[in-house]
Amino acid sequence: MERKEWPLWEIFVRSKNGLDHKHCGSVHATDARMALQVARDVYTRRQEGVSIWAVRAEDIVASDPDAKPELFDPAEDKIYRHPTFYKLPDEVDHM
Amino acid sequence: MYTQALDIPPGEQPKRTPDAVENAAYQAEFDARIDAGATIEAKDWMPEAYRKTLVRQISQHAHSEIVGMLPEGNWISRAPSLKRKAILLAKVQDEGGHGLYLYAAAETLGVSRDDLTEALLSGKAKYSSIFNYPTLNWADVGVIGWLVDGAAIMNQIPLCKCSYGPYARAMVRVCKEESFHQRQGYDALLAMMGGTDEQRELVQDAVNRWWWPSLMMFGPHDADSPNSGQSMRWGIKRISNDDLRQKFVDATVKQAEVLGVTLPDPELKWNEARGHYDFAAIDWDEFWNVVNGHGQCNVDRLAARVKAWEDGAWVREAAVAHADKQAAREKAAA
Repeated sequence: MERKEWPLWEIFVRSKNGLDHKHCGSVHATDARMALQVARDVYTRRQEGVSIWAVRAEDIVASDPDAKPELFDPAEDKIYRHPTFYKLPDEVDHM
Repeated sequence: MYTQALDIPPGEQPKRTPDAVENAAYQAEFDARIDAGATIEAKDWMPEAYRKTLVRQISQHAHSEIVGMLPEGNWISRAPSLKRKAILLAKVQDEGGHGLYLYAAAETLGVSRDDLTEALLSGKAKYSSIFNYPTLNWADVGVIGWLVDGAAIMNQIPLCKCSYGPYARAMVRVCKEESFHQRQGYDALLAMMGGTDEQRELVQDAVNRWWWPSLMMFGPHDADSPNSGQSMRWGIKRISNDDLRQKFVDATVKQAEVLGVTLPDPELKWNEARGHYDFAAIDWDEFWNVVNGHGQCNVDRLAARVKAWEDGAWVREAAVAHADKQAAREKAAA
């Protein structure tokens, strides 16, 4: 079988204005225009979106899953960053 | 994220990629995460056997969706009305979409789309045995929606909670769309049952032919399914073959009654003590015969896929040539 695999694109869809684009999968396409067209057919057959982003998979920079502890654990003991850390008198606690 | 490579400067390469060598400490951590019901994501470390099992299962599932377009596609040009044709077109397009969601999920495990396609076209990869049965008349299209998609839904709902994130998310999308497939099938059959005696006979005949193959879709008995235990342990499989099959039978009896057809099993009856319907033994010789390539349509189905791939070669080449030319022009203009 001849191998000329088309590049991979990651697809992000905004379901309606006011919401973020959300990753929903990937498609293969030779260029940006085709990526949007294919993504439209594959991921929005039932009005799931009002806007599509297509990003070449190789252009995405991702954090190393192995670095999870050093990246994200330091926030764990900083509970004073959350509003619930502060106990206020009942009369004003809805602040 | 479905990216294929982490873009990290040399010297800072991740120590523990999904395909890193087996390691007891990683294994223990992985087991603990599975036990805690955590989701495994594409770039997390995973045992090689877990990865292989997922590649096999997800790609077989994708192939089934793609081959599954053929039996019904056969009837698009002969649908009895414009309404039914539009519905069937949408359904067959969905099956293609499901195949693509699933290929995308499989590719997160580090296999290429071309590898997966080649495995299907060379006959190396399996797909669901059900698609090797012929669709003889319009009632078959309705029965496929009702029974085949109904069985698929039973099978697929637990997969929405499987331990591998990209597969689970793809299945959520698939399941949302399958409900339409089942309901449109039942609706088409209701229309036929309200027609002439001849139409009612066509429906009954189609039910007679599809009932047992539908029950086979759940796979061998638990006792004859040696990999099931491991899949359960890994959280890939949540409910056993026999339990899912029983659930399907229990749900379908009432639907057959309302439709006015008889399920072709004289032993089918309610068992008060079990709280389930009993049903007759399945012909597993037929099942294995079809799985191993000797069903009525195995040769045709594969030939149709190979032809589609070969006939599409010039389109794939032209698209690449066009993209290259555009890119060269843009570069020259810059």
